[in-house]
Amino acid sequence: MPEVFASSLEEVQEAVRTHARLRPKGGGTKPALSTPKEGETLLDLSGLRGILEYAPEEFVFTAYAGTPLKEIEETLRAHGQYLPFHPPLAEQGATLGGTVAAGLSGPMRERFGGLRDFILGVRFVDGEGRLVRGGGKVVKNAAGFPFHRLMVGSLGTFGVMVELSFKVFPSPRATQTLRLAYGNPGEALAAMERLRVLPLDLLALDLIPPATLEIRLGGFPESLGKRLKRLQEILQKEGEVLAEDEAHWEGVRNLRFLEEAPIWVKVPSTLALVPKLEGLPLGPRRYLGGGELLYAGMEAKGLESLRRAGIPHLVLKGAQDPLFPLPPEAFFREVKLALDPRGRFPLG
Amino acid sequence: MGFLEELRALFPPGRLLTREAELVPYESDALTAYRKRPLAVALPEGKEEVVEAVRLCYRHGVPFVARGSGTSLSGGSLPVEGGLVIALNRMNRILRLDPKARIAVVEPGVVNLEVSRQAAPFGLYYAPDPSSQPISTIGGNVAFNSGGAHCLKYGMTAGHVLGLEVVTPKGEVVRLGGESLEGVGPDLHGFFVGTEGLLGVALEITLRLLPKPEAYHTLLAAYGSLEAAGDAVSRVIQSGLLPGAMEIMDRLAIEAAEAAVRAGYPRVEALLIVELEGPKEEVEEEARLLAQVIRESGALEVRIAQSEAERQAIWKGRKAAFSAVGRLSPDYIVQDGVVPRSRLGEALKEIGRLSQEYGLRVANVFHAGDGNLHPLVLYDGKKPGQLERAEELAGEILKLCVRLGGSLTGEHGIGVEKKGYMPKMFAPEDLLAMERVKEALDPKGLANRGKVLPGYGQSPHQGGLKTDLGELYA
Repeated sequence: MPEVFASSLEEVQEAVRTHARLRPKGGGTKPALSTPKEGETLLDLSGLRGILEYAPEEFVFTAYAGTPLKEIEETLRAHGQYLPFHPPLAEQGATLGGTVAAGLSGPMRERFGGLRDFILGVRFVDGEGRLVRGGGKVVKNAAGFPFHRLMVGSLGTFGVMVELSFKVFPSPRATQTLRLAYGNPGEALAAMERLRVLPLDLLALDLIPPATLEIRLGGFPESLGKRLKRLQEILQKEGEVLAEDEAHWEGVRNLRFLEEAPIWVKVPSTLALVPKLEGLPLGPRRYLGGGELLYAGMEAKGLESLRRAGIPHLVLKGAQDPLFPLPPEAFFREVKLALDPRGRFPLG
Repeated sequence: MGFLEELRALFPPGRLLTREAELVPYESDALTAYRKRPLAVALPEGKEEVVEAVRLCYRHGVPFVARGSGTSLSGGSLPVEGGLVIALNRMNRILRLDPKARIAVVEPGVVNLEVSRQAAPFGLYYAPDPSSQPISTIGGNVAFNSGGAHCLKYGMTAGHVLGLEVVTPKGEVVRLGGESLEGVGPDLHGFFVGTEGLLGVALEITLRLLPKPEAYHTLLAAYGSLEAAGDAVSRVIQSGLLPGAMEIMDRLAIEAAEAAVRAGYPRVEALLIVELEGPKEEVEEEARLLAQVIRESGALEVRIAQSEAERQAIWKGRKAAFSAVGRLSPDYIVQDGVVPRSRLGEALKEIGRLSQEYGLRVANVFHAGDGNLHPLVLYDGKKPGQLERAEELAGEILKLCVRLGGSLTGEHGIGVEKKGYMPKMFAPEDLLAMERVKEALDPKGLANRGKVLPGYGQSPHQGGLKTDLGELYA
């Protein structure tokens, strides 16, 4: 399979102008998205890395697209800040660009929102090799077409991301986790439903089928105990307080629960959809973000059942044709034509 | 049949305005310095009528502008001369409010504040709060990616829009996004938000609702200078706090607010409002830290709201500040730019210098938490040359924002007002990409024609851009 490395903007532009069909790859943690198909050249961006700007007092950083999340998070941590959308697969080597292209967030998205809430700007190389900027490097900006938001979940189909700017927040000073086991799925779902509309500022609210909830709180150490107690009162349930929660949530956000499964899938979910999803032959799985985001492992029959049920999803590993359904033609086709008229960048 | 005849077949009398007296109120929006005479104003009552009107425009090549309450401060809903205005105020139904799903599905003419009003019984609210929220519509908020006082913590409108039904300028109806906080595939609904009506009209909008914060802690601090207030904001951020809102007003803005609503503000050089929000136990701890930070910041006076009424009193003056400035001056320009927060002091100093140089007063009210400045340039339109000078001064402020690494607009949009400055912020390739997207979705250039994009070859501000672009196209 032909392969080309690009570790600078100019090299990306050169690669785009030279190759008819290109598939970008960062850390390769989502092989269903980064494995080239027939006639495609692999564009390896793992060398396009490094943080370009970071001003902790601005809550903003800019980094090359191939920068590993881990590197970014270490830098942020030194200043008491974090990526609030808690992107998955950081430990396995996921990059910033790959995370944006796949549009992935993790369990702590519950508190402040997902990736789409935090992306501020992009510089990308379009299908004609031109460098295009969208958005900016300040936390509030309404100037021009928001190409940075177009990149979220785009699978690289509009161009190759070179540089990305993000908003970040101060890390919670302390965290605690409550695990609650319910008698049946209905009870667990009802409890989650209740918590979702209460102003509790939960860091994470996960449902682990069949009937367990895990709730993470973050804030001042002085208030956490009181807030935890109130949570137990609301739910009229003691539950179990995890002794060590950081390592546990690192495991969750890195999707360790999927490791045994051959196929990994992301499913945008809603509370109303959970019972339907639970009726399908899926494998190890977990609903994050108050039930709005499912990561599930499965066999081929599970994937088929998702398609048959017409439920939108994205395969991260273990199958071809990762995106279902395809984006709405009447809008997508035109934007694609404007930015990649020669069809250099496949969609999934 | 001609365009107007077909329109008449589509809209009954009373919902199609063509007479001069009927058109006058639609000739302008909140950017009153500009006026354009449309051919007609259509008042659809359902999305099918909007789609039909857009298709009609496409067939006849007539430009159109969708309009809500006309509160745009950048001329975003200024009509196209001889074009159609599609006024969406009658499409003001909340189609679905689902507290369990934490969403509201609304028509574009729904007023921003109405969403929170309807969500309140369920303990939920709609977070984006532009100052215009008692009148501005969600459709307009979507077009302009409206902001407000809480953007640092909660983001702008785009983050709160989960799905859209849109009619493209070619008249095709398409659904973007959905009802979940998450999606797969390109975030097309996120991209649509903020494109200022250039890529189509939103027919139906799905919004994210949030649980209303349990407790607020609202603090008002008085300072002897704008710099000291700006410095206090930096201290708050450095302490690791993330307030829901941080607002600053200068002496002129304070005086205006006092004259208008008697907010009871101290008469000082600068006021800082900080509001914490969250679970009560958490807010209590945050308030303790905030008190210490403010104590060390050299505040001349500190007030803390002891009740909801006192909290509202503190906000009343700030929310009224823009319109209140009308009491100090017959005319004024509301400017909107962004600088990195750490350069606020520098920006304010320079604005003060420019104010001296131009001999025009400038009042400052701004969202300090996110570096979003709102200088109000005071002038008298009846005095020859003052409007031009005021516009030039406002333009200098914009260039300053871009120079400091910020943006031409934080929330008001580019519209007609700032399109000439786009090349200051964006490279020719960036503008070309926008042009190409616009052209692909709107080959006849009908949707909100003449806004945002400098309009190569027509703009007085193009400054040689055309040649650059010619080379780019080659």
